[in-house]
Formats: sequence, C-alpha cells, structure tokens
Amino acid sequence: MTTTAHLPAPRGVWLRSRLPRPGIVLAALFLLVVAVAAVVPGLLAAQDPLAIGTDPGFLPPFASTAHLLGTDQEGRDVLSRLAHGTAPSLVMGLGATGIAVIGGAVLGLLAGLGSRATEAVVMRVLDVVLAIPELLLALIVIALLGTGTEHALLAVGVATIPYYSRMVRAQTHVVRRSGYVEAATGLGIHQASVIWRHVLPNAIKPVLVLATIGVGTAIAVGASLSFLGLGAQPPAPEWGSMLAAGVQYISVDWMLVAIPAVVITLTVLSVTVLGQDLRRRAEGRTAR
Amino acid sequence: MRAKLLAERIGWRMIAGVGVLWGAATAAFFTLHGTAGDAALSTVAGQGADPTQAVLDQVRRDYGLDLPLWRQYVDYLGQLLHGDLGESYQQRLPVAQAIEAQLGQTVQLAAGAIVIALVLAVGVGVLTAKRRRWVRATTTGVELLLASTPTFVIGLVLLIVFSIGLHLFPVSGQDGLRSLVLPTFTLALPVTAILSQVLRSELEDVLEQPFILTARARGMRDVAVRFRHALRHAAIQLVTMSGYIIGGLLGGTVITESLFNRQGIGQLMLVATTNKDIPLVVGVVIFCALVYVVVNLVVDILYTVIDPRVVTR
Amino acid sequence: MTPLLEVENLRVRFGSRKAGPVVDGISFTLSRGECLALVGESGSGKSVTARTLVGLTGAGSLVEKDRLRFDGEDAARFSERTWRRVRGSRIGFVMQDALSSLDSLRPVGREIAEPLRLHESLTRAQREQRVLELLDSVGVPEPEFRSGQYPHELSGGLRQRALIASAIACDPELVIADEPTTALDATVAAQVIALLNQLKTSNRALLMISHDLAVVSTLADRVAVMRAGTIVEEGSAAQVLRDPQHPYTRELLAAVPSAATRHSRLSPGPPLAVRDRSAVRPRERPAPGTVLIEAEGLRKSFKGRDGRARAAVDDVSFVLAAGETLGIVGESGSGKTTTARIVLGLDTPDSGTVRLRGRPWLDLTAAERRAERRHLQVIYQDPLGSFDPRYTVHRVLVEALRVAGIERGAQLRARLRELLELVQLPADLLDRRPIELSGGQRQRVAIARALAPDPEVIVCDEPVSALDVSVQARILDLLADLQRELGLAYLFISHDLGVIHHLSDRVLVMKDGAVVESGPADEVFAHPTDPYTKALLNAVPRLAIVGAQDD
Repeated sequence: MTTTAHLPAPRGVWLRSRLPRPGIVLAALFLLVVAVAAVVPGLLAAQDPLAIGTDPGFLPPFASTAHLLGTDQEGRDVLSRLAHGTAPSLVMGLGATGIAVIGGAVLGLLAGLGSRATEAVVMRVLDVVLAIPELLLALIVIALLGTGTEHALLAVGVATIPYYSRMVRAQTHVVRRSGYVEAATGLGIHQASVIWRHVLPNAIKPVLVLATIGVGTAIAVGASLSFLGLGAQPPAPEWGSMLAAGVQYISVDWMLVAIPAVVITLTVLSVTVLGQDLRRRAEGRTAR
Repeated sequence: MRAKLLAERIGWRMIAGVGVLWGAATAAFFTLHGTAGDAALSTVAGQGADPTQAVLDQVRRDYGLDLPLWRQYVDYLGQLLHGDLGESYQQRLPVAQAIEAQLGQTVQLAAGAIVIALVLAVGVGVLTAKRRRWVRATTTGVELLLASTPTFVIGLVLLIVFSIGLHLFPVSGQDGLRSLVLPTFTLALPVTAILSQVLRSELEDVLEQPFILTARARGMRDVAVRFRHALRHAAIQLVTMSGYIIGGLLGGTVITESLFNRQGIGQLMLVATTNKDIPLVVGVVIFCALVYVVVNLVVDILYTVIDPRVVTR
Repeated sequence: MTPLLEVENLRVRFGSRKAGPVVDGISFTLSRGECLALVGESGSGKSVTARTLVGLTGAGSLVEKDRLRFDGEDAARFSERTWRRVRGSRIGFVMQDALSSLDSLRPVGREIAEPLRLHESLTRAQREQRVLELLDSVGVPEPEFRSGQYPHELSGGLRQRALIASAIACDPELVIADEPTTALDATVAAQVIALLNQLKTSNRALLMISHDLAVVSTLADRVAVMRAGTIVEEGSAAQVLRDPQHPYTRELLAAVPSAATRHSRLSPGPPLAVRDRSAVRPRERPAPGTVLIEAEGLRKSFKGRDGRARAAVDDVSFVLAAGETLGIVGESGSGKTTTARIVLGLDTPDSGTVRLRGRPWLDLTAAERRAERRHLQVIYQDPLGSFDPRYTVHRVLVEALRVAGIERGAQLRARLRELLELVQLPADLLDRRPIELSGGQRQRVAIARALAPDPEVIVCDEPVSALDVSVQARILDLLADLQRELGLAYLFISHDLGVIHHLSDRVLVMKDGAVVESGPADEVFAHPTDPYTKALLNAVPRLAIVGAQDD
C-alpha cells in the first residue's frame, strides 16, 4: 500500500497513528450510538426537532430534564436536533464516499487495465480535475446544480473521484506487475480469470480500506458545506447548519456551537480511528 | 548531461502544466456555454423582468453567443491568454479585476499558514520521530484530533477560547495583524497535523535505513544524524505533497474567510457560488488551476535539488 | 601485548527481559594484525554482535557483558560521548550493500569526509585532499571525478570501495565489516576481498561478519562459528575449515555446493522416497534425450533512459532435453533472467524462436499457449512475491491443480496430499498464508505449485539465492530428488557457480546478454576457454578444505 503514498488522498489517509485498544473500542462504541441515532433518532430524543416550543431559548445544558442539552435560539431541543441531524451526516459520508469509490474504481480500472491511449486520456483528464482543490470542485457542482443536501452529497462525491481513481490505477499497476500475477499467467490461467481472481481483488481491497477513512473526511466536508449554507437548508436539523446558526449567537451562548462541533469532531475522529485500525490489520497481513 | 536531462524534465513538466490549464479552460468553456442561456437572461433580468426577444438577441450578440461553437471556443481561449477571465454577471465587473482585488488578503492568510505549518511540522516531526512511547502517543493523538476536526470547527474552537473567552483577538474583520492570527492558525493547524504526521512516519522509515547506522558508526550525534542526513530524505515526501497542501489551503480559505468575515478569494468564490455567478466561479477555478500548475512546477525544480536521483536515475 | 578487543560473556536481548536472547553469552578476543571472522546463518546473532561492539545495538535492546575492553580501556563503561569519539575514528564500520549504506542524497566525497569533519581538525582543503588520497588508496580511479558523484552513479564495486574509504578515513585500529561482499557480483566481490586483505596491517584488526564460509576462508586468520546466539566452535581458519569439530560446522561446510559435491547430497537427512504414487496416473515420460526446449537466436533489447536500445539478450541458442539440467550462469545484467522469461513466453523476443516440444511458442494462439504452459513451470527467487497475499497454501495449490484439470473430490485431495509429500511439507501448513512460513517452506510451496500440473520442464530462476546455506542445501537436494523421481528437466539459472556446478549437466555462461561459453559442466569448469569464464572461475573464493564431504 506504500505505492499510494505519493498520491493525493482524503485528509485522514495521511495519518498513521496507533491508538491503544481501548481507544479503538471507544471509537466503535461511539459510532454505534451515532448509527442508532441515525436509524431511530426517537430512541435518543423524544422531542420534535423542528417544534418551536413554548420553552425559552438559549437554555443551558442540564438545566432542564426536558432539554438535556438545552435549547437553541428558537427554543428547540438541541439533543433532538442533534439526533435527527445524524442521518444526513452519515448519509453524506457514506453516499459521497460510495459515489467516489465507484466512480474512482471505474475510471481507475479503465486506466489501469485499458489500452495505453485509454489510460492517457483518463489520466490527463484526472490531472486537470486534480489541479482544482476538492472544496472548490464541490462549489462548482453546487453553483451549477443549486444548493441542497443531495447536491452537496453529489458534489463531495464527484470532487473526490480523482483521488480514488488514481489510487485504484496505481494499485492495479502494482498488482499487474506483481510476481503472483505472473505466476498465475505462468500456470496457464486465462488472462480474464487472472484479472478477475487476482488483479481486481488485490487492487480494490486496499482502496476500500482507505475509503473507510475517507468516509470521515466526507462527513467533515459535507458539514462544512452545510455550515457555508450550501448543503442542508434551515430549519432542517443538520450538524453543519446547526453550527452555522449557532455562530450568530456565539457571544450569547457558545454552547450552541460547542455541542454540534464536538459531535461532528468525535464522529470524524472515530471513523478515522477505525479506518486506521482496519488499514493496519490489512497491511499487517500483506506486508513483507 | 545532467543539465540537459534537467532542462528536458522541466520542459516536459511545463508542457504538462500547459496541458492541464488548457483542459481546465476547455472545461470552463463548456460549463459557461452550457449555462449561457441563463446567463443572457440573468444579465438583463432583474427580479421579475420580462425582456423581449429582441433584447435577448441583442444580449446574445453582445456576448458572442450567435457565433459557431468552435469560433466561441477559440475566442474564449484567446481571451484567457490575454488574462481576460470574462465578466461577472452579478458584480458587473471583469472577473480578473475581482480576483485581483481580493488576492492580497488571501495571499497574506495562506502564506502565513504555510510558514506556520512548515515550521511547526518540521520541529515536531523531527523531534518526536522514534522517541519514547508516550511522546509519540501524545503527539500522534493530538495530530489525529487536529486532522479529524473540520476546519470550521477548529476556527470556532479558537474563536470561543481566544476571542470570547480570553478576549485576546478580535472575533472577525481584517484590521491589522491581530485579526490575522486566528484565521491563519485555523488554516494552518490541520495542515500542520498532517505534515508532521507524514514527516514523522517518513523519518521513522529513514532512520531505519542502513546509511543512518553508517552515519552513527562514524560517531555522529543523534540530532546531527536527524537534521543532516534523515530530514532531507523525509523532505522528499513533504515536497511531493506540496501541491496537495496548497490546494487544501485554497479550499480552506473559503471556510476561514467566511467564518472570520474576511475579504478574499475564498469569500469571493463562496458569494459567486451562492449567487450562481458562473463566470466568476469558473474564473476563480481557472485561477486556482494556474496557482496549482505554477506551484507544482516550482516543486518539481525543488525536487531535483533535493534528490539528485530523479534526474539521472 | 594485550589484545585490541576483548569480549567476555556478551548477551543481547530485545524487548523485555523475558524475551529470548539474540546473543547468548559469547566471548572472543581480537589482536592487532589479525582477522577474526564471525560466521553464521541468518538469526545467529552475528550482526547484532557487530553493532553492539560499536555501542549501536539499537532501540529496545538490553546488553549485558562481563567484560568488554577496547585497547585496554573498559568499554563497558563508555559513556555515549566516549563512544562517539571512538566510533569512526578508532573503529570503522563497513556494511553490506553500499547503495543503502551511503546517503543517497550526498556525493560520496562528502560521505567520506564526514568522519574527518567529526574527528579531526582539518581545513576544508585538507579534508578534500584526504578524501582524494583515500579514494585512490581503495582503488577508485579518477578520484576527483568520483568524489563528486552520488552513490547511484557508481558501480557496485566502486560504491563498496567508497564505503570502505569512509570507514578507514580516520585510520581506525579496528575495522568491522558486516557482510561486505554479499550484494556484489563474484568478480567484484573478489576485488573487494583483496582490498579488505590490504586493510589488515600490523596496527589494525579486522572483524569480519559473514554467512559465506568460502569468503571467510580467503581472509580470516581465525573463525568463530555462530548459531542461535552462541559460538559453537572457534579456532584458526585452517583448523575450523579443514577439521571441524562441531556437527553444525560440519553440516554448514557440507552444505556448500561446489564441483566436489556433484551427484552427492548436501544436507543431512534421507533422500525423498515416494511411497505411494497411485493417486496420480503416472504420465508417459518422454524418453531421456528427447528435446523439450529448443531456443534459437534469441534477441531482445530494452530502451534505456537515454533512449538508446541496450541488448539484454543477444543471440542466445540452446537445447534442453528430457531429464537433464541446463545451468545458465552469469552475473547481474547478463541477460539470464530475460532469457528465462522469453522461454516461459512472458516476454516476446525481438527475433529468434523458442520451440516447446517441437512447437514454436510464438506461433501459438493464446488458448494453445495456455494449454502448453502446463508442461513448462517455473519457480522464482522470491517465492513470497509469487503468491497472492490473500491466498492460503491450500488455495494456492488448488488453483494450480484446477488448471491441470483436477477439479475436486477425492482426486483433488489425493493429489494435494501427494504434492505435500513430494516437497516434504506437513499437511497442517495448508491453512496458513505463505507470509507465515519460513523461506525454505515458501520455496517448497512454490515447488509444489510448479509440480501440480505435472510438468516436464521447470525453469528455476535463482531459486536458492535468498536462502541460508543449510536451507539452500535442503532445497537443492529436494530438486535433485524430484528430478530423479519424476524425470524432470531443469533450466536452472543462478549467479552462483558452485550451485550451477553442483547440479548442472550442461552449462551456458552468459555475459552482457550473450553466451560466451557452453558445454558439459565438468568440461567448461575444468577447461574454460573464454577469458570471462576463466575470470569468473578465478573470482570464486574456494573453500580450502579436504575430506569434509565424504563422511
């Protein structure tokens, strides 16, 4: 996997930390809670995230049993808004990464397995796309399609396709030149089965492992877009837009900013930690 | 021989760079063309206006939209070569001018962030590579946290602590150096985390190499071995990442400038996106591609200075 | 006169106190004007010992010693500062593979000057002058030009000389050389050994670390044989090599393939006896002497970086008959591997033909070619790289058997069992991945895979070069047994003349892509006619031993 080291990649991919076991378990537990919140938000918070209640706004956390994490500027329950904002974030992370990986795999394999001309065309196009920073690429997509959650998801996905295409292509080249592909050819196995049995799995697998880390980055970028007002639109509960709303009242009640910020960060951190662990295991098995 | 190979290499890179710009320009052209109908409309149309066909045709002619496609394409490339990036729909002024007006602020911010990130990363990376477990665990933990935190969250945390809590720096605006501190660090910290992480893992690989043992066996001190031998090897990876880092910074300015209410390219891009001001968006993007190409060319020359093998190998 | 170096009961372990020792209580002395060789296979602790002697055992190590004296001083109590003064100025250290042991981003002149800069107060000009003298003294031509070059711009031999020059820059009393010739071609290695011999002056001691008994026998006054962290035997080189006392030393000596070991076994243990071959239909073998491979006028060139074509294989022709071994010997870059790849149909020659069992490879359709491949199998130097990292041994072998048409059921299980028996691997390895196996076991799995389609020819591309000598001996014996049992023909490629001479019926000597000499092995090696063959034969260090083999 060292072959992918020189390629641009989602932020978290550059990290190489080794967290102790308890840290990894904590990350997994946190993500479990997040996943539950995404599927059944009502389980964690019974209140309506949109209801502008009779309760006063800017209630601090733990001040009222009805509003465990307090209320926002309009008196809405913060915990409920957080819980209901989970699903969009996860969908953003998984969906955008899914688009990026699928698009990346198609282009990467096209370049890695196709003719020289195909490869040249694909790579030159990717070169152009890579010249534009990820976030700006996402902004172009949004400028063309308009704001909104789906467009933001598409934007983040499309913007990261080049990373995955380059990784898949590089990995395909390494695998194609590897001793075991040559050995399989030497055995007399049909070229198509060699590609299917040896090249594809070995080229895609490390990229999938890296993609788990990319999910974290995608969640962060998605939240950034919402924060900029380009993704989820108020009053829909979403972590990034909660933050954006809270910033206006930062000097009044900074908790409105701190709470979603912590949740976003912990989520991205946990995904990254688990992805790192997955990568370390995968590398441990193939390393010399 | 070496000089010739070097010149050849740089020549090829320049051609590749021009190719990238050409590609970006072509993509920009088709984006503009595809949205040109709206463009003509939005140029004349204020809210709710209902222009006659004659007015629309007039606008189309003004914009050269009645010419054959290839002609428009060639004209567009010609304009670009003269530094003409088109005209903003919304602001009614040349895109190049709009960028020029905002450039200074962003350059200040980005340059500061690069310097801070490099100094911090090299210091932390070199001094913590292959050290005691707790030193490594602490630094990698902090780096993991910083790199996992979205840029705007880092900015908000800095705001809450240093502006709202300690009243050390202004919340927003751009008067003087003091207002530059928080945005610069917001931009620099995630990059620092990634750079020092990459540098350390490179260094740890390098410090395992036989030539390091040879250097130690000559009686060299550990710090000298790290700075005189190992750092240069590890720097190769840092340099190859520079294009990516600078691109990330340009993306980061969108968030930082918005968060701290600053003027700059990022803010310009954001406003253009929100208003669907396609010529402005495309103009900024072409500008970024130009920056990327120039940075990579510089990086490539730097690369051959650091690693003599890339030319003659 | 006190010895220069005294080591008593040196113990080194890594990690916690519970971990097993890597060096387990070794003692020796070394005097000026003397060369002591520590000989052992990988994992014997010889390199760790060398590093410990300069105080650079490494992170996480625990070093204990009863006595460590350097030139009468108590080195066991040296502080890190004192060690730094000693390293490079009084003890010089030469490692193997100068390409990775010299800083690749600096000109070699600066590397050689570094110990001078650290230990001696010379002006820049004086240092530069010294560097040129040093380069000249180690036999590097055009020192002014060479000192400005980077390691990758020098040939392997010049690089190793430059590394030696940097080790002796401050005229140390002790030079430690850790496998100094291992990465080099035989002719170059011979020159480096000659250079090391010159370093043995009356005022200097040489500690040589090596796995290669033959190299040691040309250089060392005394030899200490190491195994699993202990010295099992020590004595004068003549005595240890001629009249080894310890069984391990005898095994090591007997394991070295050479002209004298032809048609005899290298490893202890009984030869392979296949009890039951009922599982496999005994295929009709072509009669001995039937031509299986006929290569004619093979040429292949690659484009270099400068755009000029360089001939990798230049008019190579040979014939391989059933049941025989054709050895191809040559140094790195001689084109032997490219020749093998052409024979295997993995590379296409620019011109020339390869006939496999009478049919020309190149004219076959893809499907016909795949069908023919089962007759022609291959084993590589790096078996690990030739296995899909996701596969277990079982899956590796099943894949190969499926190609041979043995799909499933009892027949598959029986053939699997037979293959394991042939390569003498226990069945419980089937569920492991190759990465979890030892080097010897991996090569056995590779051989089993090659045997799966029941081939007539196996191309062996440096199959034992990465292995320790005792493991190499077992693999070579296995290959000989399999040839006898199964009537295989080998196209055996190696840089090692001893290996080639040990098992080849006929040989091809290659240089720069061309065949310089060919013929029956005994004839070529006994009466070489080509000057290059002669030089190659002269360069091989010969074990000065008698009678060690025949017991």
